[in-house]
Amino acid sequence: MPTTAADQRTFTIIDDGRPATIPVEVSDGRVRIPARAAAGALGWTLAGDVELDGLAAALGRPVAADRDERAAYVGVAAAARARVLTSLRAPDFTLPDLDGRPHSLAAHKGRKVFLVAYASW
Amino acid sequence: MYAELKGAGFTIVSVAIDRAADDARPWIEAARPQHPSLIDVRHRVADLYNMVNVPTVVWIDEAGRIVRPNDVAFGTDTFKHITGLEAAPHLAALRGWVRGEISALPAERTRALLALPTDADQQARAEFGLGQWLWERGRMPSAARHFDRAGELAPHDFIIRRGTMPMRGVDPMGPAFREMLGQWTGAGRPYYRPLPS
Repeated sequence: MPTTAADQRTFTIIDDGRPATIPVEVSDGRVRIPARAAAGALGWTLAGDVELDGLAAALGRPVAADRDERAAYVGVAAAARARVLTSLRAPDFTLPDLDGRPHSLAAHKGRKVFLVAYASW
Repeated sequence: MYAELKGAGFTIVSVAIDRAADDARPWIEAARPQHPSLIDVRHRVADLYNMVNVPTVVWIDEAGRIVRPNDVAFGTDTFKHITGLEAAPHLAALRGWVRGEISALPAERTRALLALPTDADQQARAEFGLGQWLWERGRMPSAARHFDRAGELAPHDFIIRRGTMPMRGVDPMGPAFREMLGQWTGAGRPYYRPLPS
């Protein structure tokens, strides 16, 4: 069966919450991510072009992909999270309050903090 | 309690892990807190601290170090008949720690009590992230597929399994949740995992 010619499409990669749309090549149902596009849009240093199926291994990070939706989410590796937690340094974060004002955990250094996570559900 | 303890070099930082500020707004406005009350739509804090349910509390000292890792604590006994957890012991320990009357856990003990994420846990969070991105763009059947996948990868992660119910149009207090809870606890697994006292 003849292979179809490579098809230029765009694909959205959400890097730990930050989305970037990059051109990819689709052929034989495989999605090829050009190294240069990844470097430019995402700041990634890849040894070469990488296929979507091999992205998780290339980055050492978890990847959730949806070919039909042309989107993939790249998360943070368990080892990276575990390293920080094991050091007992409380991971910093910046989040908005109801008025949209950003607040950082690190701003409270010098005080004891009781961090409470809850939800409406 | 905050009014009682604030000014002693102590603050509460509360984080609502909800799909939108509007979901958390009624709770925050009713409480009229004087401490930072933040909204975590992307489940950032859940990912950083490997939280899998709410409420989850963490004690952090003046140097920014975790001195008591993920624990379950309620502010009142309102839900004690459901959860079996009393508010008083944790609140008493917290008061003691804030006042400098008792020390928090030593580092080695804290380390031993840490809940560290697995590769499957982080894959689940990536599936959740993709599902949420799709939901925000109105791509619901696709989003639900990724939420389902996340739940399969990390069945103990109720921040994902229950927290995505509002996005799916499912009542997180209703029959679907009760069934999920029944299947979980029926197999002898606790829904809440407080630290040993």
